[in-house]
Amino acid sequence: MNVQTKTWVSIGPLTEIPRQGARCVKNGDMSIAVFRTSHDQIFALEDKCPHKNGPLSQGIVHDGCVTCPLHNWVISLETGAAQGADVGQTTTFEIKIEDGNVLLAL
Amino acid sequence: MSKKHLVIVGNGMAPGRMLEHLFEVTDAYDVTIFNAEPRVNYDRIMLSPVLSGEKTYADIIIHGEGWYEEHGITLHQGEKITEIHRNERKVVSEAGREVAYDKLVIATGSNPFIIPLPGHDLPGVLAYRDLDDTGAMIEASDKGGRAVVIGGGLLGLEAAAGLKQRGMEVTVIHLMPTLMERQLDTAAGYLLQKELEGRGIEVLCEANTKQILGQDRVEGVELADGRVIDASLVVMAVGIRPNVQLAQEAGLEVNRGIVTDATMKTSDPNIYSVGECVEVGGLVYGLVAPLYRMAKVAADHLAGASEMAFAHAETPTKLKVTGCDLYSVGDFAEGDGREDIVLRDAMRGTYKRVILKDNKIIGAVLYGDVADGGWYNELLKSGEDISEMRETLIFGQAYQGGAGADPLAAVANLSDDAEICGCNGITKGTIVTAIQAKGLTSLTEVRAHTKASASCGTCTGLVENVMALTLGDAFQLPASEGMCPCTTHSHGHVRRLIKAKGLKSIPAVMQALEWTTPEGCAKCRPALNYYLVADWPGEYVDDQQSRFINERVHANIQKDGTYSVVPRMFGGITTPDELRAIADVADKYEIPTVKVTGGQRIDLLGVKKEDLIPVWADLNAAGMISGAAYAKGLRTVKTCVGSDWCRFGTQDSTGLGIKLEHYLWGAWTPAKLKLAVSGCPRNCAESTCKDIGIVCVDSGYEVLYGGAAGLHIQGTTKLGTVPTEDDVIEVVGALTQYYRETGFYLERIYKWADRLGYDHIREVILDDPEQRKAYNARFAHAQSFAQVDPWAEFVGGKDAHEFNPINIRKLEAAE
Repeated sequence: MNVQTKTWVSIGPLTEIPRQGARCVKNGDMSIAVFRTSHDQIFALEDKCPHKNGPLSQGIVHDGCVTCPLHNWVISLETGAAQGADVGQTTTFEIKIEDGNVLLAL
Repeated sequence: MSKKHLVIVGNGMAPGRMLEHLFEVTDAYDVTIFNAEPRVNYDRIMLSPVLSGEKTYADIIIHGEGWYEEHGITLHQGEKITEIHRNERKVVSEAGREVAYDKLVIATGSNPFIIPLPGHDLPGVLAYRDLDDTGAMIEASDKGGRAVVIGGGLLGLEAAAGLKQRGMEVTVIHLMPTLMERQLDTAAGYLLQKELEGRGIEVLCEANTKQILGQDRVEGVELADGRVIDASLVVMAVGIRPNVQLAQEAGLEVNRGIVTDATMKTSDPNIYSVGECVEVGGLVYGLVAPLYRMAKVAADHLAGASEMAFAHAETPTKLKVTGCDLYSVGDFAEGDGREDIVLRDAMRGTYKRVILKDNKIIGAVLYGDVADGGWYNELLKSGEDISEMRETLIFGQAYQGGAGADPLAAVANLSDDAEICGCNGITKGTIVTAIQAKGLTSLTEVRAHTKASASCGTCTGLVENVMALTLGDAFQLPASEGMCPCTTHSHGHVRRLIKAKGLKSIPAVMQALEWTTPEGCAKCRPALNYYLVADWPGEYVDDQQSRFINERVHANIQKDGTYSVVPRMFGGITTPDELRAIADVADKYEIPTVKVTGGQRIDLLGVKKEDLIPVWADLNAAGMISGAAYAKGLRTVKTCVGSDWCRFGTQDSTGLGIKLEHYLWGAWTPAKLKLAVSGCPRNCAESTCKDIGIVCVDSGYEVLYGGAAGLHIQGTTKLGTVPTEDDVIEVVGALTQYYRETGFYLERIYKWADRLGYDHIREVILDDPEQRKAYNARFAHAQSFAQVDPWAEFVGGKDAHEFNPINIRKLEAAE
C-alpha cells in the first residue's frame, strides 16, 4: 500500500527564475512550471493549460496570471483557474521561499 | 519600601518611549540605562534631515540630560554591556561595572548590514545608522566629489538625497530592477527614479557591486559588469540585522531577532526586549510605529498585571526626502481574487493604486498625490466593505458620500477658466462655448474647432467629460478603441505619443499614457515592446518578458510544446555542406520531421526545448543563422532562378533576393514580412501575393506590395518601377521603415496600406527622393543594431535559464 505524504523539495535559488517568467521542474513525467512575478512572489502550476495542454511556463506573466502561448487562455497563478469566459483548472502545488531557495511540495 | 531595579541595555527610541509610558503609570522602579553610543536619546528617523542640513542634532534630541535627572535615571553613556548573568540577575559592562536587576530590558537595536565585499573596510566606506555615520558623511561631503550609495531602499535614497543636497555628485547602485521594491510597485518605483534623476542623482538599477577600490581610502566602486565609478565616499545602506549577540550569549531564545511573546517577554521571565532587536510573532520590525507599540506593551507589563498584547498591523511607508511624495501600505503583490484600481495622471506625474480583495482594501501605493494615504490605511485597518464607493474610491475621500460621488462632478466643479488642454492652453469655457455655438457633437469636431486634446491627447478623457456635461444625454461616450483593456488609447495614439513625449521604456509609456493596470497584459506588452524597439534603435533594451515565447526563444512553439527550427537560407539558396549539417542535426537530436517550407527553406519540427541550444550551435558551426520563422519581422525572400539559368529570366532575381535578404534580416516589423523576387512576369516566386514583391522586367524592376495569401487573399499593388538593383534596395528599405514607424502591432502591410492609402505611400516613398532616402537611412541605422544572430547569442550563454529545467527529479520506480 502506498501512503502519499507531502515533502518539501528544494528546487534551486529564486534568482534562477526570471522575474515575470518561469522555470520548469521535471518531476518524473510531469513538468511543473514555477513562476516568479515582478514582486518576487512564486507560484507552481502543472505546466499544462486546461484547454489544450499548452506549456504555461512559456506564457507572458502579468498581474497574477499567465497567458498560455498556444491560444491565449489566461490562467490564475494562485488557483490555476481559467479567467474570463473560459472554464478549466490546472493543478497547483504548494511552494515557498526559504533563505532565497525555492521549495516545492511534492 | 525600596524600589525594584530596572536595567535597560540600549538608549534608542523604543526604550525611551517605554520609559515615558512607565513613568506615567508607576514610580516603582529605579532605572539604570547603559548606552553604547555616548549620547542621550535622539530621534533616529530624523537623521536624514540632519544629513541634508534641514535640522541639527539639537533639534532631534528626544530626551535631554534634564529628563534623566528629573526621573532619577542613572545613564551610563558610551558604556557597553558585555555579559548578562541571568542566575544572579546582574549585568556586566565592558568597564567591569556590575549592576543587579529585578527586571532587565534588552533594546540593543540593530546593526547595519555590511556586504563583505573586497574593500568594505577601507576608510571612507560608511553605513548609515547613527549620528556618527551622519557626521562622517557630512564631513566627507564638505570635500565634494562623488558619493556612491549602495542600496536603493528607504535609507539609501534618503542618504543619496541628503548628500546631493550637500553638494556631492551622487550615484545610487541598486541590485533590483526598481527602487524601493519592498515598498513600491514597479510603476511607482519608476516615478521615484525619474524624480531622483531629475535632481541629478544617477540611479543604476540591476547593478551588482563587485568590489570597492582604493589603496589607503576608498577611490571608487567596480560593478560586476566591469564599470568603474570614481567615489570619495561609499555609503552602504543595504539593510539592517537585529543585534542579538548579547541575548544569544546569555542563552536567551534567539531566531532572526530576540524571540518574545506578545507581552514582549523573552524566554527569561525577568527579561523583556523592545525595538529592532525583537522578533515577535515571527516578524522583526524596522519602522518606528510598531516599535512604539512594543514600548507601550512592555511598559504596561512592567507596571503590573496587564492584558495588553502586541499585534501585527500594516505600517505605511513614507520617504523622508523633501518633494518626493510616496506612500505605501499593506500588500501590493499579485494574487488571485485581487483587483487593482489604478489612476495615473501624467500631467501631474501621479500614480495611485489601491488593491482590493473581497471588496476590502488590502494595500495601497501612492506616488505624487499621497493626501488619501491615511484614509486608505484607515479603510484597510477597519476592513470596511468598500463596494458602495468602488467607482469613486480611487479619487479619494473628497469624492465620497453625498450626491456628488461621480467622477464627472470633478469636471463640473471646474471654473470656466480651468485649463483642460495644457498643450494648446484651451480652457473649459472655450470648449463649452465652441460646443454650444457651433453645435459640435463629436470629439473629432471639438478637436478640429478648439484644438483641445489635438496635440498629445492625454486630456482626451477630460474633454469627453466636458462634452458629456455640456451635451447631456445627447453625448454618447465613444466605445473604447483602446489597444487593449488596459488603456483607452488606440495603437495610433500610443505610437504618436511614444515619439512626441520621448517615452523610452514600458513603465514610462504606462505612466505617461495613464494605463489602468499595474503592468499591462499579454496584448499590450508585446505591442509596446515592438513600438519601443522600432522607435528607439540602440537605446531601448528589448524586454524579453514582454515577448511571445516564439520570439523569446527564437523558435516556433508547436501544439505539443516542442519547437520547430528553421535556419536562414538567403534567397532560398543552399549548399551541400549546409544540407549535410541539417541532416546531421536531425539525426543527432532525433528530430522527427524535416519539411521543406513554402518560403524555400527547411523546417526541423519537434525539437525539444532543452535541445534548442545544441541544435543551434551545430547549425551555427555550419555557417547558418536563425531564419526568424517565428518573428513579427523579416521572414524570407523567396526567389526564382532568374537570368542565371532560366531561358525567360530578365534579371538576376536570385542574386537580388539574396542581397535583399542580407539587407533586411533581423528587422522587427509590426507583423511578419515576407518578400519574393521573380525573374520575369511569369512570376514563379509568387511575388504578387507577398508583403513586398519584386518582378523583374527588361527595363528594370517592378516593386509591388500589400499582397496576402492567408486567411485573406489579395494581390499586390504596384508601387512603381525602378531601373537598378540599388534603387530596389533603397525603395524596399524605405517602404519597410515607413511601415515599421507607422504600422500597428500585428497589422500586416496590406492592412497598413489600406489604412494609409496607396497613393499616399507612393508619394512618400517613391515620388519624394528626399523622404525615401531619409526613411532608408533610418532603416539602415536600425539594422546596425538589429542584425545580431539570436542563436549565436544564446549559444554564447545569454539567458541560459530559458532553455533548461531548473530542477529534474527522477522518480523511484514504484514497488
